[in-house]
Parts: sequence; structure tokens; C-alpha cells
Amino acid sequence: MRTIGLLLCGWLLSAASVQAAIDPSLLKPLASEDSDTKIMAIAALAQAAPEEALPVLKALADNALAVSGERLLIVDGERVFDAASNTEIKPAPAAHETIGINNRVRRELSGALAALRLFSADREVRWQAAQELTLSADAKMLPLLDKALAAETDSEIRARLQLAHAQASLGSTDAGVRHVAVRALGESSDPNVRQLLMPLTEKRGDAWVEPDSAVRAAAGTSIRAIEQRLAWADNLGRAFTGLSLGSILLLAALGLAITYGVMGVINMAHGELLMVGAYSAWAMQSVFRAYLPSALDWYLLAAIPVGFLAAALVGVLMERIVIRHLYGRPLETLLATWGISLFLMQVARTLFGAQNVEVANPVWMAGGIEVLPNLMLPWNRIIIVAFSIAVLAAMWAILNLSRLGMFVRAVTQNRPMAGCVGVPTGRVDTLAFGLGAGIAGLGGVALSQIANVGPDMGQGYIVDSFMVVVLGGVGQLAGAVWAALGLGVFTKFLEGWTGAVVAKIVVLVFIIIFIQKRPQGLFALKGRFVES
Amino acid sequence: MRTPFIVRLGRSFDARSWQMVGLFAAFALVAVPVMHLLLPPENPLYLSTYFITLTGKILCYAIVAVAMDLIWGYGGILSLGHGLFFALGGYAFGMYLMRQIGRDGSYQSDLPDFMVFLDWKELPWFWVGSDSFLWVALLVLVVPALIAFVFGYFAFRSRIRGVYFSIITQALTYAAMLLFFRNETGFGGNNGFTDFKRILGFSITAPETRVVLFGLSALALIGTLLLARYLVTSKFGRVLTAIRDAESRVMFIGYNPLWYKLFVWTLSAMLCAVAGALYVPQVGIINPSEMSVANSIEIAIWVAVGGRGTLLGPVIGAFIVNLAKSWFTVSFPEYWLFFLGTLFIVATLYLPQGVVGLWVRLRAGRRREEATPGVVAKGVEA
Repeated sequence: MRTIGLLLCGWLLSAASVQAAIDPSLLKPLASEDSDTKIMAIAALAQAAPEEALPVLKALADNALAVSGERLLIVDGERVFDAASNTEIKPAPAAHETIGINNRVRRELSGALAALRLFSADREVRWQAAQELTLSADAKMLPLLDKALAAETDSEIRARLQLAHAQASLGSTDAGVRHVAVRALGESSDPNVRQLLMPLTEKRGDAWVEPDSAVRAAAGTSIRAIEQRLAWADNLGRAFTGLSLGSILLLAALGLAITYGVMGVINMAHGELLMVGAYSAWAMQSVFRAYLPSALDWYLLAAIPVGFLAAALVGVLMERIVIRHLYGRPLETLLATWGISLFLMQVARTLFGAQNVEVANPVWMAGGIEVLPNLMLPWNRIIIVAFSIAVLAAMWAILNLSRLGMFVRAVTQNRPMAGCVGVPTGRVDTLAFGLGAGIAGLGGVALSQIANVGPDMGQGYIVDSFMVVVLGGVGQLAGAVWAALGLGVFTKFLEGWTGAVVAKIVVLVFIIIFIQKRPQGLFALKGRFVES
Repeated sequence: MRTPFIVRLGRSFDARSWQMVGLFAAFALVAVPVMHLLLPPENPLYLSTYFITLTGKILCYAIVAVAMDLIWGYGGILSLGHGLFFALGGYAFGMYLMRQIGRDGSYQSDLPDFMVFLDWKELPWFWVGSDSFLWVALLVLVVPALIAFVFGYFAFRSRIRGVYFSIITQALTYAAMLLFFRNETGFGGNNGFTDFKRILGFSITAPETRVVLFGLSALALIGTLLLARYLVTSKFGRVLTAIRDAESRVMFIGYNPLWYKLFVWTLSAMLCAVAGALYVPQVGIINPSEMSVANSIEIAIWVAVGGRGTLLGPVIGAFIVNLAKSWFTVSFPEYWLFFLGTLFIVATLYLPQGVVGLWVRLRAGRRREEATPGVVAKGVEA
């Protein structure tokens, strides 16, 4: 690290010390009327004095380079600088004529400028320049790239530069150079590079674009290597989006699995509990915006407990007012909870309007990690996966370590017997329902970060979360986890292959068939019993 | 010796019920045409087109409700996918109506407009024969029956029941809705079928056609009721009810519930399809939203409000809910979901037998009070 710093310092010092002068004979052709002369001059200038040429070429690109007699001037508003020495001229010469450029010159100029920026002291600027060059390098820049490569110390930028170098070498007349370049490009995992290599294996008319057969073969190998890497990244990306879809499904289904396991009740209003959570996130955002604008980025942390409590409260009320009275009538409960869901939807519509509300991602959730050139993992999805793991862990702890969890498990296994040994089954029902609803609320908070928040949002998840419960089996955490993740990943892979709608249909049909084989789900409670 | 079918059918209703059926038939087949076609619009007894369409629509819904009651009220199987069979019947008949448009569509092509729009050159294979009324009438019955049979066979064979079965039927109709939303499926995608012009060569908007369709719907409802009544009073119906109440016991006695459930399930799907086929020409549109999850659940609430396990109840329920719907959506659209939601809750909490059950209970209470004046009736509930 230190040596790099020292090197950089030395380079900067030398750059500053030779600031003084450019040979005027190099500058003069820039003022020529002929475009070809200009282009030659640009290349020559960039090669001879990379550091000093930058302001001159920039000025040329900005139409700020002017000629006055023999001297070239850089015009900056009222002030005028001498192009050769980069010193201000006082008083400014009375008359000067701006040097115009056409599009051809401009194209050359922008390539040369990008190349020159490779020598900037700022790492970001160099990185940018190297990226720009990867797509536009040509043979004329080779000497410059060689020079930049020799000076460059940052490994990431070096890799980019090598790529650009290889690309530029493709235009070389020497088949050996091209061969080396093609093989070097095979190391890339950039889809653009593949596009670049493609023509080399094609025929234009009767003749091959690439005359040398060895180079052609190498190009084919390189393309295949790149494609393999791209496919791998694609699959990785799909697995990741599948994972994040799975964790959303898991958050939606966990609560459902508890209530169904404990009470045998299908809660059709579960999607609306997600909606309550999502609207809580929105409400917290509005509260923070109004009262704590400086901490706006942290509204989401406040939304987590609020979403949990709001949804849990709605759930407890539902259980106390309606579901409790429909005991042992699961089909009626299903209809009644559907009624509740319609009711809640209309409440949301009346309170917050029929339109979707806007919930912004906090700044710390924006962006992502670029794992590969064509694979970006967005932060919001990573955080949601982590969040659902945390919720799952908390849920496991509650069910397995707390007294309430023990009661819940007891009631799930055998309600009358649990009642006989003194478990207050009525209260356990209420608490379990509240817990399940609260987890749905947490799911809603998470969902508000990646999906639309509106009165109808719950409807879209209800079928999916049922499928997770049905697939996973009753009252089984492990079943819900495997079913949710499996469904998520399976759906995303299918989507890549068949499109979203067909994938959804295939998944539903798959579940319908699966249930024929294993009516109790993936993880059935073992035992011999006849249902009612 | 077995009693002849017609006699058994006759005995399944008592005299007063037959009178009611006759009255209803006379109203739908004689009074309505006269009041709509012959009376001038100024006459207070004149029935408007709005009335005919709305009532005709609800008659179709009532058939669906009775079909639902057969499997839910008597079989104990709650289907959340009956909207699928209704829509399939509608789509099958809609194919015929689309072909009847002929070259009168906006593209003046032999193909339906949406196919021209998709740049299809010929009819897909499943449209073959859709210009024949008889073939389409067959499709209306066979396709939903086939789907219901296959699905039901596998589901009942694995002894999937209760809420599991409900959820899976819901998934089925949801998947079908997604499928029909696709343009490539060949049923008009989002927009479905609409802009019908003719049926059997008659203009579909002519008052006479409307009256005939209305009469057919009424006849279909009467037929459905007769069939359902006959079924539930037969031995078959008794076994079915027994399966509803204690499936395991019925199995131990030696019946195989599979075939009983499968028969009533398939029959119910076919009845829904017929209702769908009658519904589409009267309403003039069929699109995938008919298969939405919400629509199918609404069917259950018609039955629940009217009274499960009674045959008149679902008809009454369908009328109550749908009249309320058309009133609310015009007068207070924002309160409709409040009302419907409350109806779901109230019907399940306080009206386990629906309005029919409520009426029976009230009458029973009054009778007992009359029989023993001064004594407060006890145990009415039981």
C-alpha cells in the first residue's frame, strides 16, 4: 500500500514538474483546416505528452481552443491561456479565431481524451476512463494503452485496461497479435466482449471477417468460455432472486402456518395483514418526514415494531370478534375471514385512497454489490433475505424456548389433551393468532421495500402463501422454509425459461399434482389417525 | 319393482311446491314477454330492458348457486373454483357468438377481431367447429365436465377434503385465469369476447331475443331445481349427506365416497357451465376476470346467505346479494365491499342456515308459542 502511495506521489511530482511546455510544433497542426491533419495531430500530441495535452484537447472538445497568429490559445470566459505553457496571457490578445471540429474529429478526440484520463491522479477518473475505453478502444490507442498499463498500479483498473488493450489489438494487422488478443478477451465475463468477438467467427459475403483460421478458432473458444461464464452468472442471479422471492413467501407463509397448525383455520385475510404491515411502513415514513427529517433514512427500523404491533392487534381483534365463534367450522371460518379481508381492503381504500402510496427505499438500501459484470445483487433484496432469516430465528426461539411456544406446540399436537393438562387453549389461540398476524405485518414491512403498496396488494400473495403452507405441511416450520425457498427458486428458474405467467401456471399445476401424492405436505406429522 | 322415474320425480315435491314452480314458469314464460314486448313503455307494468338483463343475469347466478349448494350444502365440499366452470361454459358459448359476428367486426375478417390483431392466419385447432351451434352446445357440457372429472377424481381419490380442497380449487381457477389472460391462449386475452352481434342468426340485442334468453334461463333454473330436488331426496342424496356428516363412517359401512363425490362434483360443474353459457349472450361479454378468486368465493356467500342444505335458499341468496350489489355499486360504490364483507361475517356467525333457516326458526317459534300460550318457548334452537 505504502509503495503504491509513494509511486503515485512520485508520478504526480514528475507530472507537475514537466508541466511547463509542449513543443509548439506539435500544437500547430491542430489549427489546420484539414480533418486528417487534425486527427494525426491529436494522436501525436496525446502520445508525446499525455499529461500536458489533456487541457488542450479538452479545450478543443469544448470549442474553447482558439488560434491567434502563430499561437494557440485556450479561452476560458474572459481569461485567455497560452496552450503550450498553460500560463495566462495578459493582456489578452485582441483577436482570435476558435478552432472548429467536425464529428469525425470529435469521435477521435473523445477516445483520445478517455485515454488521457487514464493518467489522471484520481482513481475514480481512471476507472471511468478504463470502462469507457473497453467499448471503444482501437489500434491507434495501443501505444497509449501500453504506457498506461505500465504506469497503472490498481489491479481492478489494470484488468480493465488489459481488456481494452486486447480489444484494441483486434484491429492489428499482425495475426499473432490478434491471436493473443482474442485469447486474452476470453478471460472476460462481459456480454459486450462477446458481441465484439462474434463477428470474428462470421462470414461477410464469401470471405471470413477474420482471415486467419487459428485466430478464428481461438475466437470460437473464447466466445464459448465467455458464454459459459455468463450462463453461470445468470443462474447465480436467478438463484438469488429466487431466494429473495422465497424469503418473501416465507415471511408471508410463516404466520399462516402457525394459525393453520394451531387452530386449523385458513385465514383468508392474511394478505391484508401484510397490507397492514406495509401501510405501517408508509405511515412511519410520513411521520419521520414530518417530525424527524434528519433521521428519515432510519424510518424502516421504527416501522418494524410498529408493523408487527399493528398487524398483531388486527389479528387479535379478528380472533376475538369472529374466528373464536366459528370454532370447529373451518369452511365457515374461511368465508368469514374472506369477509374480513374485503372489509380491511375497503378500510385501506377509504383511509389512504385507492391509489398505491409511495414508500421510498432508505439510502442505505439503494444500490447493490456487483458480483460479476452482469450480476448485481441489490441491497434491498439482500437485506430482506437477512431479515427473513432473523424472523425465522426469532420464531424458532419463541416456539422452542418459550413457555408460549411450548403451549402452541402442545395445542397443535393435541388440543383436548393440552386443555386437560391445564394449557389455557383459548388464550393460546389468541396469542398464536396475534403472533402469526404480527409476522405477516413484518412481511408487509419487508414487502413495502420491493413491491407496490396499495389496498389490493394482499390479494396477490394470498394464493402463493397458501401454496407454501399446503406444500410444506401443517404447523411445520421446516416444511414452510423448504416449501417457500423451493417454490421461490423453482419459480424464478422457470420464469427464465418460460416467462412469468406460464411459470406461475406450471407451479400451481405442480402443487395440485404434488398434493395428490402427499396430501399432508412435505413434512407430515407422523401418526395413525382418521380425520374426524 | 322400482317406481318409475317420472313418478319419483313428481313425488320429490309436494303439491304446494309444484304450484310455486308452475307460477314461476308462468311468470317467466308468459308474463315477462307480454309485459316487455306488448306493453308500451309508459305503462306502469312495463318491464324495462334493464330489468330483463339484470334478472336474467341473476337467474344464471341462481343456477350456479344451486349447483354450489349441491356440493357444499349436501356434499360438504366447499369449492372456491366454481367460477372456473361458469367461465368455461361462457367461453365455450362465446366462441360460437364470436363466429356469428362473421365479417361484421372492425377488421371485416372471417377470423375474430382479436386474432386479426394478433396476426393469426387461421383458427387454432380448438376453434374448429365453433361455428356450429350443436357442437358448441356439446362443448359447453363436455369440457367443464371433463376437467371437473379429472381434477375431482385425483383430488377425491387422495382424500383431499376440507380447507385443503378449497385451497386447491382456488389455485386451479387462479391458474386458469392467468392462462386465459395470455393472448397466446387463443381466447382474446384481457378483453375476452365481446361485441357479439347475432345468435342463431337473430340479433342479440333485439327485445325478442332477450325475452327468449330470459325464458331459457328461467327454464334452466327450474330444471336445475327439479334435478337437485330429485337427487337429494333419492338414496344417492342420503349417502351424499352421510358423507358430508361422517365420511369415515360411510366408508367403514362399505360405501366408496369417491364416486358419490365425483358424480355430484362433475354434475355441479356442468350446471355451472350451462349457467355460464346462458349468461354470456345476456351480458354480452366474457373475460378472464370471471375466473378471479373473488368471484368464486362470492358464489359461496350467495349460498351461505340463502341457506345451505336447502334448495330454495341459494336462489334467494343469489337474488339478495346480487340485487344489493347492483344497488350499492350504483348508489354507494365505496360501501359495497363493507357490505359484502359484513355479509360474509354475519352470515357465517349468525345465520348458519341462511335466511331460509332464519324464517323456519321464526315460524317454528311462533307456532310453539301459539300451541302453548303464555309459556316462553324453550329449546327453539335445538
